[in-house]
Amino acid sequence: MKKIGSKILTGPYIIWMIIFTVIPLGLIVYYAFTNSGGAFTLDNVVSIADTVNAKPLWLSFKMSFEITVICFLLSFPLAIILSKYSKNKNSIIVMAFILPMWMNFMLRTLAWRLILLNNGFLNRAFEIFGLNSVYLMNTKAAVILGTAYDYFPFMLLPIYNAVAKIDEDVISAARDLGASGVVVIRRIIFPLAMPGIISGITMVFVPSMSEFVIADMLGGGKVYMIGNAIEQAFNSGYADIHLGSGLSLSLMGLIVISMLIYKFFDKGEEGHGIW
Amino acid sequence: MNRGYRQIRVLAVICLSVFSLFLTSCSTRQEDLSNNIIVFNYGDYIDRELLGQFEKETGIHVIYEEFLTPEAMYTKYKNGSVKYDLICCSDYMLYKMIEEDEVVPIDYNAMEHIGNIGDIYWELSKNFDSQNKYTVPYFWGTVGILYNTEMIDYVPDSWTQLWNEEYKNNIIMQNSVRDSFVPALILNGASINTKDKGELRKALKDLQKQKSLVQSYLVDEVRDDMVNNQAVMAVIYSGEASLAREYNENLEYVVPKEGSNIWMDSWIIPKGGKNYDGAIKFLDFICRKDAAQANFDYVYYSTPNEAVLEDIDDEEKEEDNAIFPDEDILSRCEMFKYLGSDIEEFYNRLWKELKVY
Repeated sequence: MKKIGSKILTGPYIIWMIIFTVIPLGLIVYYAFTNSGGAFTLDNVVSIADTVNAKPLWLSFKMSFEITVICFLLSFPLAIILSKYSKNKNSIIVMAFILPMWMNFMLRTLAWRLILLNNGFLNRAFEIFGLNSVYLMNTKAAVILGTAYDYFPFMLLPIYNAVAKIDEDVISAARDLGASGVVVIRRIIFPLAMPGIISGITMVFVPSMSEFVIADMLGGGKVYMIGNAIEQAFNSGYADIHLGSGLSLSLMGLIVISMLIYKFFDKGEEGHGIW
Repeated sequence: MNRGYRQIRVLAVICLSVFSLFLTSCSTRQEDLSNNIIVFNYGDYIDRELLGQFEKETGIHVIYEEFLTPEAMYTKYKNGSVKYDLICCSDYMLYKMIEEDEVVPIDYNAMEHIGNIGDIYWELSKNFDSQNKYTVPYFWGTVGILYNTEMIDYVPDSWTQLWNEEYKNNIIMQNSVRDSFVPALILNGASINTKDKGELRKALKDLQKQKSLVQSYLVDEVRDDMVNNQAVMAVIYSGEASLAREYNENLEYVVPKEGSNIWMDSWIIPKGGKNYDGAIKFLDFICRKDAAQANFDYVYYSTPNEAVLEDIDDEEKEEDNAIFPDEDILSRCEMFKYLGSDIEEFYNRLWKELKVY
């Protein structure tokens, strides 16, 4: 009886998966390997190697890497500090970091636009303090800043969860055995927080790889990432869904491969295969 | 085995029912079409009060739908699920639809107020409707430079100003393929409708050179950024320019002396429409002086309706050269033509090469 009950419960989920994951994915694969006449072709998938696509791909990779590093460098110390102050997940300090996520991310990105403009809030504040104005809007730096800001909570929360779960006694024991603060962080907290760090990195790196809206809003059309190339294939005057699907599929493939490599190295070290 | 089959069957039934739910909710719009017309237009491109007025006068109900880009319109029209009676779109897309034999000739004799449309606009329409058979002009305009008089003390009446090193990071370009190529093509002495790949490549080289001077490539935000004094000059459509000038009195608009692109949005009656007479009545209505006047006040783009133009005093015309351009501008400007899918694809390629440069 129980078995049938649980089967029925999975029903809606399976239907959801079929309609919104399996069928769309199947369509993308179908379009990727066909041309507009419906015949089989590899051109669309291979076109990722074409300079006009390879260049934005490399740019996306570099920028996602930088974004991930920035998010990690900010999150890791913060997670340790937060876990010290509040073991309680509902504390006000933790809330303060999650709160911005409750606002629509387009609005948050638009706000950055107003801050970074040539005569935006940032430069006006600089002016008051007699500093030179900075030209940030419509640069790569603005896109990196905006994306890092948007994805920061996705790095912070998993690391915080992992760090908060570490038993106080383990750290006390290390201290007792003469470990300095640096050694505790490096040899105790860091390895124990590894599952959180890995999921944090995955959750920041992968979506920033295919990001295009932030690049559009803060890059002023000058920062052209692989996401923009795919978007153009679907949306421009000369729309080519086959090319767009091919590029998406290649990008997906590359991300899966890099994740596999990552998992392989990670296993060799500590054995936390979590993604 | 048996149970497995049953599960699959149950699953299939559920899937199908969910799907059919989607489908039925999409196709419930089968209203009585005898006294309706379905109109398809750009977003926010008509005074909506006119639709009610039209219904009150004629008893014909207007089902009004909007689209964002000509390409989106074309995709939806081609899909065929809605039988549009009237579509308003831009020159090159209309040309494409006329070429593809998707339109029905318009019976101008049945229209009382068609005479309000000035002769030069019929002449202009010949660019995409060579026999003046299928279209009724709606609004038109130019592409030019919007500049901030606080930051530049002369009139940048030449496209060469877009390559002026002095305004590095202070130039905004249009983020669309063909518009962005206009300045470079014209400066090289080429037609903006050139199909010569060598000329297009040369224009690309110039645009790549220009890229380090460009602050941003934008579409809708061009107006906002110019209003907020973000840049010295921007390539912009005349209608947008006039709107920007309402918010910032330091902005001025100029069509460069080398010439530019001129565009026109017109109405067509597509094949497959159910209410031809209703469509004609609607077209006649929006050409009528009072309706055209109200519509012009709302949209505020250049109107081809001379009955409306007559009533506007010279002072207003002089003040807004974006909406009321000098006569000689027409002779300097060229209209976009549909270049065929081969050149379209080439443009798309060049655009990407500019973006990754």
